[in-house]
Amino acid sequence: MCGIVGLYTKNDRLRPELGTLLSSMLIQMSDRGPDSAGVALYRNPAAEGNGKVTVQSPDLDEESMQSLQQSLDAVFGSVSLTRRANHVVIEVPGNAMEAARMIEETHTDLRVTSSGQVIEIFKEKGLPKDVVNQYRLDGVDGTHALGHTRMATESAVTTEHSHPFSTGLDLCLVHNGSLSNHNHLRRMLMSEGIRFQTDNDSEVAAGYLTWRLSQGDDLEDALNAALRDLDGFYTFAIGTKDGFAVLRDPIACKPAVLAETDDWVAMASEYRAIAQLPGAENARIWEPEPATIYTWGG
Amino acid sequence: MKEFNLDQEEIRGLNQHLHDMPSTDPNGSVTVTNPAGKHALAVGIDTPAEVTIEGHVGYYCAGMNQQATVHINGNAGPGLAENMMSGKVIVSGNASQYCGATAHGGLLVIRGDASSRCGISMKGVDIVVGGNVGHMSAFMAQTGRLVVCGDAGAALGDSIYEARLYVRGSVANLGADCIEKEMGEEHLQEVTELLEAAGMTDCKASDFRRYGSARQLYHFNIDNAY
Repeated sequence: MCGIVGLYTKNDRLRPELGTLLSSMLIQMSDRGPDSAGVALYRNPAAEGNGKVTVQSPDLDEESMQSLQQSLDAVFGSVSLTRRANHVVIEVPGNAMEAARMIEETHTDLRVTSSGQVIEIFKEKGLPKDVVNQYRLDGVDGTHALGHTRMATESAVTTEHSHPFSTGLDLCLVHNGSLSNHNHLRRMLMSEGIRFQTDNDSEVAAGYLTWRLSQGDDLEDALNAALRDLDGFYTFAIGTKDGFAVLRDPIACKPAVLAETDDWVAMASEYRAIAQLPGAENARIWEPEPATIYTWGG
Repeated sequence: MKEFNLDQEEIRGLNQHLHDMPSTDPNGSVTVTNPAGKHALAVGIDTPAEVTIEGHVGYYCAGMNQQATVHINGNAGPGLAENMMSGKVIVSGNASQYCGATAHGGLLVIRGDASSRCGISMKGVDIVVGGNVGHMSAFMAQTGRLVVCGDAGAALGDSIYEARLYVRGSVANLGADCIEKEMGEEHLQEVTELLEAAGMTDCKASDFRRYGSARQLYHFNIDNAY
């Protein structure tokens, strides 16, 4: 069991409150996933020609931040760092994916959690309420966001194994379920040049979508292909730079609720997460159909 | 009448109050406000009380119900009225997966749609759905009646025993060993009575088609083995 939530704002009104709303949704999903929690926030676009890379390190302090600044400046010329607990968002010149690879090669103590123009991923072991407090998500703005609370079934409880997983620029996936053909798919995707950080099944789903998108698919085509190639149980919520999607497997035992108002679209494993949102009582609420792709924006 | 506001009160207090009501008192009534999708509301009741829940409920609402009438003015999450024994559960909106699962008796009314696996392994309950039911509804249904005023999803009545299924709209496809059967006078009568009991009298019994077991999976057959 896991809990997943997603919130996509349809206008400017709710954007200043994105982090606050997502936090309260995530905390409602604590029973479904007390092991770890994570969020992907789509916010604060990098300046033209720049990218953003989010990294995690278990022991960041003032001193190590200074040496990180110096060593990253040495690699990239000049970068700006924004620390959020044990994660740092690094704005780099040029392509974020290339920058992420350079950071991984030159700073083996850092783990890249995301790269892109707008995405920032923060994730950690522990109860959702502790994780959202640690990252001070209250008051963080943004356009859309995904969250995950994890009860591990397929791999270890560590920060790296926590969701969300991002394997491509601004693409991110959270998963409730378990995939049965992930080892086979991982080998195939690795031979296609997709890089993985863990042995987690959900990371394979993210990698699969990254691969399809790199082959020229749009998100809908990629999800249609996923329906064919992924074997297992899943409810996915997927974020892109400016879009949001939901997909359930054809058996659809993993729960999902969608709700929409004039101001927002929300997805959650359970309605009680959506009940936290303003206007939820009058929202259009429905359960996504099996093997049916739902997308907004993008 | 007792009221529980779940913004301020614990679910435990609500369920304990319902459990403590005398099992023969026909006058008990309870209203629940601000359910906000919470789980296991009004579970394990054994008294002829009227319980009204104002809003959407989460998992396992009205499970194991005996005697009580539970109204949900909203939607219900997975496992609604699971293993109900008697009484009535009425939902004004939609119900999620496996509502009425393994229920032995009573009447479950969903005015909106019911999701997948509605009435899975039902053992005597009557279920009336105003809208559609999802895939694998009445899977391994043993006895009882399921009336669907809308459409049914894929694999209706897979591996069904002796439950009787009535669908007014289309059926995506039938599950293993489930077949269409003739509507006789007694079946028209049965559907009319169930629609009346559910307060859905705008449907005509003659618009429904009947489905049930072909009884080919009852005994071991070597041709079915892999």
